[in-house]
Amino acid sequence: MKESLGRKIFNVSNIVILLFVGFICVAPIWHVICASLSDPSKLLTFRGLLLKPLGKINFEGYRMALKNGSIVRGYLNTILFVTSATLIGMAGSLITAYALSRKDFMWKGLVTFILAFTMLFNGGLIPTYLLVRNLKLLDTVWAIIIPNCLSVYNIMILKTSFSSLPDGLIDAARIDGAGHFKTLTRIVVPCSKGILAVITLFYIVTHWNSWFHIAIYITDRKLYPLQLLLREIVILNSKSALELAGETGELSLARELVKYAVIVVSIVPMMVIYPFLQKFFVSGVMLGSIKE
Amino acid sequence: MVKKTFRQRLVRDFKMNKAIYLMLIPVLVYFIGYHYVPMLGLITAFQDYKIKLGYFKSPFVGLKHFQRFFGSMYFWRLLKNTFSISIQDILWSFPLTITLALLLNELKNKHFKKFIQTITYLPYFISMIVVCGLVMDFTKAGGLISTIVGLFTGTSESLLTNPKYFQAIFVGSGIWQHLGYGTIIYISALAAINPDLYEAARIDGAGRWKQMWHVTLPSLIPTIVVMLVLRIGSIMSVSYQKIILLYSPSVYETADVISAYVYRVGLQERSEYSFSTAVGLFQSVVNLVLIIAANKLSKKLTDSSLW
Repeated sequence: MKESLGRKIFNVSNIVILLFVGFICVAPIWHVICASLSDPSKLLTFRGLLLKPLGKINFEGYRMALKNGSIVRGYLNTILFVTSATLIGMAGSLITAYALSRKDFMWKGLVTFILAFTMLFNGGLIPTYLLVRNLKLLDTVWAIIIPNCLSVYNIMILKTSFSSLPDGLIDAARIDGAGHFKTLTRIVVPCSKGILAVITLFYIVTHWNSWFHIAIYITDRKLYPLQLLLREIVILNSKSALELAGETGELSLARELVKYAVIVVSIVPMMVIYPFLQKFFVSGVMLGSIKE
Repeated sequence: MVKKTFRQRLVRDFKMNKAIYLMLIPVLVYFIGYHYVPMLGLITAFQDYKIKLGYFKSPFVGLKHFQRFFGSMYFWRLLKNTFSISIQDILWSFPLTITLALLLNELKNKHFKKFIQTITYLPYFISMIVVCGLVMDFTKAGGLISTIVGLFTGTSESLLTNPKYFQAIFVGSGIWQHLGYGTIIYISALAAINPDLYEAARIDGAGRWKQMWHVTLPSLIPTIVVMLVLRIGSIMSVSYQKIILLYSPSVYETADVISAYVYRVGLQERSEYSFSTAVGLFQSVVNLVLIIAANKLSKKLTDSSLW
């Protein structure tokens, strides 16, 4: 079928609009990457959006960031927290989703209600803080890992996915004498690799980027994850930029560069993981929208 | 078949699903411990809570803290800002997200579509702190956005410290973060539309534009309604994390929202645990009422609802 002229005009302008939207989404991130590689003295006087690094490309910012003990420790802390919280979260979510997907489990409705209600109502900031404080968990690793380690949203997505597995598959395993644990690990998990990848990604992203509960529960700088250091470098510093004006030029130049380098280092893992999982997480978000 | 008594059913279920019972214990401990115990902690809102005295010995003061909050000058300001930010966000983000999804849906080249989707999802994966760092960078005096705004106003000033611009910056950066990711749900709804409907419309002589109005949009309505219900249910909870990172006393006038105020009064500047719990409780209750009402409404209007 031949396309009309109007249709052709629409197609071209559609592509132009979408390229523009895409550019806006990427440009700020590209700007930061370029800034982190720029010549710091030129960077300071530059106004506008960077499309390529200013001056000769230099890795000074990254070198200084890697030499900085607290940034390296923050990075390691983040990796440690993300790994443990994700493992705990995945284990809990698998179990719960499996239990809720069993049609013969008597307490299915009640457990679903207990979980779902927390999405609608919660104790709020202060009572939760007081709980952590009364349990003497302030300034411990647990205060970082336990909050948000189980997401009802993720559990519900998994449950929907598990429920869609053919009944015969699970019944056969049960008849063959496999216990629930074995059925879960040998049958359900291998059949749900795609969705498990998505949920893992959701957990990793949440934990990698989370900072607020850590900021209120943790004062010990040895436990700081990368995000809290970023807050100090990126947010608090620029807020008190005026007070720091007395600083020597050299140091504030370096500070700018380190700032951009740390931002890049903090977002790279997410940027690398998600495009690979993209085809899976689209289906994950879809499952999240299905209700019973 | 004779109906079994509850006891019999319980024993049978326990025998059959022993492993499930066992496995669920830690999960339930987590939810009850971390989510339900703080709900009991809401009693603080009706006390003059002192750490030393604890929940049991702190004096009960009834609605004192609520009265103080409703009577304070902050109440209306917080309410106004919270609603103003949320409503602006809804008014901009819904049409933009749906439009982007429709435009993506019109693309014939699958690779180009995938490419645009991939790069528009990107901002969603950037942490709030980095996003706010970027916002500060672009809106400081001499920053990219300040310079552009400066072309119209004449001076390139820092925008974040100007109460006039705070809400626009907040909503705008929020759209940047969520626009691409928000389209996923609509794109999958679009993919599920029965192609026969388009075929029928074509036979009836409908052009592309008419097909969009009479086939595409009506098929999207259930999705749009559910998303709106969800959004309205959270109308009171503006992303306080972002507010806390971006605001400063000079813009409290337009930037201060309920949840940020709870944080400030409860943990940051002062430790008025009881008062801020009361303010937080007020917000949670309004939220709960809103989401239940929105869900009822959507059930009535479109048959689609959350539960």
